[in-house]
Amino acid sequence: MALDKPYRDVPGTTIFDADESRKGYWLNQFCMSLMKAANRERFKAGERAYLDEWPMTEAQKQAVLARDLNRCIALGGNIYFLAKIGATDGKSFQQMAGSMTGLSEEEYRRMMVGGGRPIEGNRYRHEWEKK
Amino acid sequence: MARITASVYTSHVPAIGAALDHGRTHEPYWQKVFSGYEFSRHWMQEKPPDVIFLVYNDHANAFSLEIIPTFAIGTAAEFAVADEGWGPRPVPKVIGHPELAAHIAQSVIQDDFDLTIVNKMDVDHGLTVPLSLLCGQPQAWPCPVIPFAVNVVQYPVPSGRRCFQLGQAIRRAVESFDDPLQVQIWGTGGMSHQLQGPRAGLINREWDQRFLDRLIAEPAALAQLPHIEYVREAGSEGIELVMWLIARGAMNDVDRGAPPRVVHRFYHVPASNTAVGHLILENAG
Repeated sequence: MALDKPYRDVPGTTIFDADESRKGYWLNQFCMSLMKAANRERFKAGERAYLDEWPMTEAQKQAVLARDLNRCIALGGNIYFLAKIGATDGKSFQQMAGSMTGLSEEEYRRMMVGGGRPIEGNRYRHEWEKK
Repeated sequence: MARITASVYTSHVPAIGAALDHGRTHEPYWQKVFSGYEFSRHWMQEKPPDVIFLVYNDHANAFSLEIIPTFAIGTAAEFAVADEGWGPRPVPKVIGHPELAAHIAQSVIQDDFDLTIVNKMDVDHGLTVPLSLLCGQPQAWPCPVIPFAVNVVQYPVPSGRRCFQLGQAIRRAVESFDDPLQVQIWGTGGMSHQLQGPRAGLINREWDQRFLDRLIAEPAALAQLPHIEYVREAGSEGIELVMWLIARGAMNDVDRGAPPRVVHRFYHVPASNTAVGHLILENAG
């Protein structure tokens, strides 16, 4: 029997479950390698060559090169692992989170200072499809 | 006999640690956050515990995808501060309490909670930011700390109900330790926040406030909340709040005894992407 995944109905959200984890294993393990300062340097010196050392899919490598975090997540990435790329780039968690929302950095910061994204209209996928 | 004197609940936002470490606490943005902890720092000095049992989650620092323990207890003599990619935070290393930790592990496992025992583990902002918030910037942390890491990175995380029951087992374990230690149990993470995807930045004040109300007054009922409720209402990372139920489950009133005293409550939006919640409950008597 298939597992019940009620969280698929939450808009703009990917829950990192075992299926995602399996898909993203090498992408996330690559990210993990960036916790070592020497690896961060090697990655910055030649991103493509560094990525080619990992058995990641081409799509995953392209998503990393483009710093497209939504795409990385769609391909099995988890935000806590992907944050290592942001750390390597000198980005804050807020800059990373904001980059996935379609808002500019300033707009996202203003939204947070203003109380964050409201829950109304953001609970179910069908609420977004109407927009 | 050891006993649990109080439970502390707080968010553990990494940006709070960065603000402290970079001397930005006086900025108006951060003043609003730190003001909520002034009382708590005095309280810690007035009622210092002998040991802190600190429930937190690792954020892909000590544990990669190679090993994902649901509940991991740190039984080592000390724990290094993790380099999360920005370099380690300039805070003291964490001194453990191997005797009490091993005692709790043995008791709780025999009480049907299958913990993973960890003797080598770097601790990340999930553990060090709460210590900074409550203890300031000392040369050494004021007491030994037992790190207790809960998986909230790969779904499914343990249920609220399981966490609440585990808290009760931890209290039984503490109370069967011969030395008369005063132990605080801390539950960290939350409150509402989402760090990923187009819905990032979600905050739900009403839900958070209700969570605090119910955590104080009806924790057993609150522990029945299903995962989907956390995800939908408090954001994908809001699910960290199940960890607060471990600390709450360890309070005396859960099995018997008077309700705890609410000595401090604070809530503020935002710190970076996150709603900050903080609560201190003291066991009566």
